[in-house]
Amino acid sequence: MILQQDATASVAQETETAPLAGYNFAYLDESSKRMVRRGLLKAVAIPGYQVPFAGREMPMPCGWGTGGIQVTASIIGPDDVLKVIDQGSDETTNAVSIRSFFKRTTGVATTTHTKDASIIQTRHRIPEEPLTEAQILVYQVPLPEPLRWLEPSEQETRMLHALEEYGLMNVKIYEDIMRHGTIAMSFDYPVRVAGRYITAPSPIPRFDNPKMHQNPALQLFGAGREKRLYAIPPYTDVKSLDFEDYPFTVQHWDEPCALCGSTTSYLDEVVLDDKGTRMFVCSDSDACQATLARKQAAQETHNQGTTSSNGCEA
Amino acid sequence: MNMLNSSTPLLKARNLTKRYGEHIGCQNVNLDLWPGEVLGIVGESGSGKSTLLNMLSGRLTPTCGQVLYRRDPSSQLLNAHHTQTTETGNETGTHDPDAGLEIDLHTLSEGERRRLLRTELGFVHQNPRDGLRMRVSAGANIGERLMARGDRHYGHLRTTALEWLDKVELSQARIDDAPASYSGGMQQRLQIARNLVTSPRLVYMDEPTGGLDVSVQARLLDLIRRLVRDMGLAVILVTHDLAVARLLSHRLMVMYHGNVVEEGLTDQVLDDPHHAYTQLLVSSILQG
Repeated sequence: MILQQDATASVAQETETAPLAGYNFAYLDESSKRMVRRGLLKAVAIPGYQVPFAGREMPMPCGWGTGGIQVTASIIGPDDVLKVIDQGSDETTNAVSIRSFFKRTTGVATTTHTKDASIIQTRHRIPEEPLTEAQILVYQVPLPEPLRWLEPSEQETRMLHALEEYGLMNVKIYEDIMRHGTIAMSFDYPVRVAGRYITAPSPIPRFDNPKMHQNPALQLFGAGREKRLYAIPPYTDVKSLDFEDYPFTVQHWDEPCALCGSTTSYLDEVVLDDKGTRMFVCSDSDACQATLARKQAAQETHNQGTTSSNGCEA
Repeated sequence: MNMLNSSTPLLKARNLTKRYGEHIGCQNVNLDLWPGEVLGIVGESGSGKSTLLNMLSGRLTPTCGQVLYRRDPSSQLLNAHHTQTTETGNETGTHDPDAGLEIDLHTLSEGERRRLLRTELGFVHQNPRDGLRMRVSAGANIGERLMARGDRHYGHLRTTALEWLDKVELSQARIDDAPASYSGGMQQRLQIARNLVTSPRLVYMDEPTGGLDVSVQARLLDLIRRLVRDMGLAVILVTHDLAVARLLSHRLMVMYHGNVVEEGLTDQVLDDPHHAYTQLLVSSILQG
C-alpha cells in the first residue's frame, strides 16, 4: 500500500479534494473511530494513564505508526489541516506516506508548516515552533510502558501504576548514572504527568521533554502494537524524573545548525563521507527553513541598509 | 533482652487456617511474636511451613483467621502521611500511643500492605533470585527500597549501599556488579542487605541457608545472628534444618501435617521433645 502510493501519487494529487471512493472518511469505520475516541476521552480525563483499546489492523505494518494513525483517523475532520513529521522532517518516507494516506482517504488539506496545522502527527519529535491551543499533537508510540525495562510482567506494571509504586523507575536512572556517570538516556526519557502517572513520552529526544510541560496543545499518544492510548491535556504539569544531585538537563551542541545557524534547535548529526566529516543540521526541517528564510530576509534588508548608508556617507 | 519483656507482641496470629479445597495447608495456628524475638518454624516438606509464613507476611490470604501487626509508634508521622495519600484511613484496630497502631495485615488495602512489606517488614526468600533484581547492579538492589520510600539523592544512596555491603561482608568493589555474577552465598547476603536497608522491625526468612554449602552456611548464620542482635530484629524463620533453628531461634514451633504439634523454647523442644513427631525429627539428625 505504502509503496503503491508512490506510483499513484500523481493520481492522488489530481483528486486532492475528493477522498478515495469505496473507503470511509479517514479509512477507519465509524464505530472503530468512536471506540478510539471513547478511549481518548478517558485518557484525557486521567492524564498519563494508559487506556487499553481494541486496536484495528491498518494497511501497514506495526512500527510504521499504526497507533498514531488510528488516533489521527479518529479525530480528523474535513476542516482540519494535517502535518506529519518523522524525526522532525516532513520529507522522510514515513511522513510522506502517512500524509498521502490521509490526503487520499480524507481529502483534507495538508501542510508542512507547523503554525498552519491543526493536527500534527509526529514520530520522535515535538516541533520547534511553540504549539497553540488550537492544535493537537499525535504521537506514534512503540513502547507505551516506561516500567517494562525492569518489570516484564504486564500484570505487575499495572499494579505498580495503580499503587503509585515508582521506586523502580529511579532504579533505572540509578543504573544509568552508575554506568555512565551521568543520566545517559537521551530519548524516551520517563516523565511524571500531573504529579501522578509515570509515562513514556515516546522516543522523543529528552531535549523535547520540557516542551511537554504546560503545553497549550492537546497531546495524544497511540501505540498500535501494544494497543494503548494515553494523553497529556493542555496546560498539564510534566516533570522529567531525576535525582537531587543529578538534575534533569537537555542536550546541547557546541556548534550551530550548519544550514540555518540556529543555536536553539535540536540538531541531527549527518555523516558526509568515509573520512569522518560530519555536519549538524536541525532535525525540524520546517523550523530550519523558516529560520533560513528569516535570516535571508534580514540579510537582504541589512545589505540594502548598508549600501544606502554607505551612499549617504559618500 | 529487655525487649523480650515488652508486654505487647509485635505480631499476633489467631486461628490462622488455609485450605486448598479439601486439602489443608495449615490450620488453627495461634502465635505471638515479641519485638526482638526469633521464632523458628520447623517441620518436614509439605507440613505447611511456607503456607504459614506467607500468611503471616500478608502475601497469602488465609481462609480464616487474623494476622495482627503492631506498627512502629515512631512512624506515626508516616502513618498520617500514608492515610492522607491513599485515603484508606479506616484501618481496623485500636490506637495506643505507646504501643503503636495494631493492624490486620489481611484487611489492609493492597497498597498499604505492599508499602508495609517494603518498609517495616522484610522477606528473605530461599532462592535469592526471587528476592533480587538479577539484571540491575548490587547498589541499585540495595537502594531500591530507599528509592521506593522517596530517596532521590544518588550520593546518599551510594553511601548507604556501600555501608550495607560492608555490613553483610561483601566487597565494596562489587557494588556495580549484577547479582547474576555473584556466588549463591553472596547473593543471599545481598538479599539480606536489600531487606534490612530500611531498618525493618520484623523479617520473614524462608530457609535462608537452603542450597548453600556448609562453610558458607556457617558464615551466613553468624552474619544473621549478629545483625539480628545489633538491630533488635524480630525474625520468623522457616527451616527444615534443626541445626539452623537451634543456632538462631529463641523459640520453636514444630509443624506436622498442617498443625502445630509442639512449641516452646528452642533448647527445651530439641532436648526434651514431647510429641512423637518431634522425637522422630530430633532423632533423625545425623550424630557426628
